[in-house]
Amino acid sequence: MSGHAESRAVPVLSLAGLVAVWAVAALITHDAQLLPAPWQLVAPFADELRNGALLYHLGMTLWRVACAFVIAMSIGVALGLAMGRLTGLNRWLDPWLVVFLNLPALVVIVLCYLWIGLTDVAAILAVSLNKIPFVTSVLREGARALDPGLDAMAKVYGISGRARLRHVVLPQLAPFIAGAARSGVALIWKIVLVVEFLGRSSGVGFQIHMYFQLFNVGMVLVYALSFIAVMLAVEWLILQPWERRVRRWRSA
Amino acid sequence: MIEVAIKGKSFGDVQVLGDVRFALHAGETLAILGPSGVGKSTLLRIVAGIDSAYSGHVQAPARRAMVFQDPTLLPWRSALDNLRIVHPDLSEAAAQAMLAKVGLGDRAGAFPGQLSLGQQRRLSLARAFAGRPELLIMDEPFVSLDAATAEEMLSLTETLIGESRPATVFVTHAPGEAARLADRVMHLGGNPAVLSAAPACDRPVSGAGSAPNGGRHGRA
Repeated sequence: MSGHAESRAVPVLSLAGLVAVWAVAALITHDAQLLPAPWQLVAPFADELRNGALLYHLGMTLWRVACAFVIAMSIGVALGLAMGRLTGLNRWLDPWLVVFLNLPALVVIVLCYLWIGLTDVAAILAVSLNKIPFVTSVLREGARALDPGLDAMAKVYGISGRARLRHVVLPQLAPFIAGAARSGVALIWKIVLVVEFLGRSSGVGFQIHMYFQLFNVGMVLVYALSFIAVMLAVEWLILQPWERRVRRWRSA
Repeated sequence: MIEVAIKGKSFGDVQVLGDVRFALHAGETLAILGPSGVGKSTLLRIVAGIDSAYSGHVQAPARRAMVFQDPTLLPWRSALDNLRIVHPDLSEAAAQAMLAKVGLGDRAGAFPGQLSLGQQRRLSLARAFAGRPELLIMDEPFVSLDAATAEEMLSLTETLIGESRPATVFVTHAPGEAARLADRVMHLGGNPAVLSAAPACDRPVSGAGSAPNGGRHGRA
């Protein structure tokens, strides 16, 4: 019981330590323009929350993150699975994968904006294109690790394609999907911010761009930290419980 | 009626199986003996339809089941679901009854990881028989079990085969198992491996029903 309580207390204490370091740094700097102390952000945070700007921009960013995440995960999982299973396809697509994995995010974003225009379609496409190769390469490893024994079993008993995917293949891929989703969300929201910074008129990235031009470090931190809080909530309330559920059989 | 007429099977440049032919009637049990690595599992995989890269042909019914060397269960699904996912037409009551028949009646909700190896083997046996197969293939189903558990499994298998009478082909190292379950015993050996009548000591002791005893069976 105490071990459980401790494991819950550690992340909280650890984060408190980070805030303490920040507070000390702010006290040493002694310049709220350059680095405001944590408590100096409370008032601007409350203002932004009250006038609705914070929620609006958080919502826009979250919406773009969600769209790009769903697109990148679906295409990446399908492509990775296909490439891991079909050696011929893998031979053809592997060089593409290497090209796209090494294409800088900024280049993809700029090209999408240039070709499609400064729209949400371009923004979401750019983020998805950045993320798909990563998901694909993780899932390809997962597909290569599929148990040939279970494959043979599914074949002998003639398990239908859908049931095979749902009960035989996906549970084996779950750790890979979870891993890709985890690092995917973190990567995607960072790229979404860049996309918003460069070419959107809403979202956390846009607000950070604006306050960067106004040299308002406090507001930059308010927006950045608010979104980090949202992503931590997603991690703790959605990703981790889901992962626990799909791993239940391991610990049972 | 099952007809196997394999002309050859190679992995790369290495030919594993030569000319392998046999036929099997409904209700008949054939045991194949042979040393390790000779190609017994390869032969079974071809008969089961898992491996289709061979020359020759196999005529087998669609309703087949296989008991693998490893239990090969879905570790993320309960014992009951392991039966019902593989056999979607099986009612929950029928699946429960099948589990009870193999002595797992009270373990329906357990994940395979919570079962002992012997219990996992029995679950894999239940899975094979739950679909009322016309062709049953078993690849050393009693290997790496202690003597008592192996004996228990052997009796259970005997009972289940007796009840549903599928055409059965199984591979084993143990002449005793072959003698007990099989109507006919053949030997796989040579390089590339071919089937031959089992040496006298491997033949079943008791009368073996209507099946022709030993020798190559099937058409050229």
